[in-house]
Amino acid sequence: MSDTIEKVSIIISKGSFEGIYPGLIMANGARMEGIEANVFFTFFGMDAINVKHYEHLMVATVGNPGLHIPTMIGGLPGMSAMVTRQMQKKMEELDIPPVPEFITLLSDSGAKLYACKASVEMFGLTRADFIEELEGIITVGDFYQLAAGGQIIFT
Amino acid sequence: MSTAVLANQTIDVDAEGFLQKPEQWTEELGVGIARDVGIDPLTDKHWQVIRFMRNRYLETGTAPTIRTLGKESGVTTKELYQLFPKGPAKLAAKIGGIPKPHGCI
Repeated sequence: MSDTIEKVSIIISKGSFEGIYPGLIMANGARMEGIEANVFFTFFGMDAINVKHYEHLMVATVGNPGLHIPTMIGGLPGMSAMVTRQMQKKMEELDIPPVPEFITLLSDSGAKLYACKASVEMFGLTRADFIEELEGIITVGDFYQLAAGGQIIFT
Repeated sequence: MSTAVLANQTIDVDAEGFLQKPEQWTEELGVGIARDVGIDPLTDKHWQVIRFMRNRYLETGTAPTIRTLGKESGVTTKELYQLFPKGPAKLAAKIGGIPKPHGCI
């Protein structure tokens, strides 16, 4: 095996704010190192490329022990919105773009973005539900072909 | 830190060849580094990015992110990757004689 990574294929399967960002950051980081990058959005991860949802991603404040907020408090109305706003603010300070801008940045940097065909059918979606930058709606088999010879990262 | 002799000058560099003392940099040196990383010749657009990167580092002490580079350097993200296929921020920093950018973005 080579001691350098030439290609990564990243799967984003979660639809929460904190579920989507790591994969985007990994993909962008790959491109910044000159590494080829594919991103495959599946299940709720497709919210990151769904024009109806990608501006409104929220941090999960319930069932998220890493946040260190008691479950009952995390469930209060407005909690998720408040924590999301705080995180957005922190990210802006670090120059991490909001998801729509991040998707454009990734696409412009040459990363290829794909939606999972099985998930698209399951959620009753069509090409029109997604961002223009989407490269295609592909099967798992297609994904493995694209990923061949590189590393696969599941998030 | 180690040193390298580039364009007949002794320069302080890190293990990857990034300059550790930006004041040791000259444009001639930049041309030499660019050639080493496979960018030859350097066009005006390349220089626009390299100067933006270097000046921002000298002003703020931090190299700009790829987001800032695409928004403020006057060169779009797409063009950045055409000019520096192996990583715009990293290569512009290296050629422009500033330390390796540490951010993840």
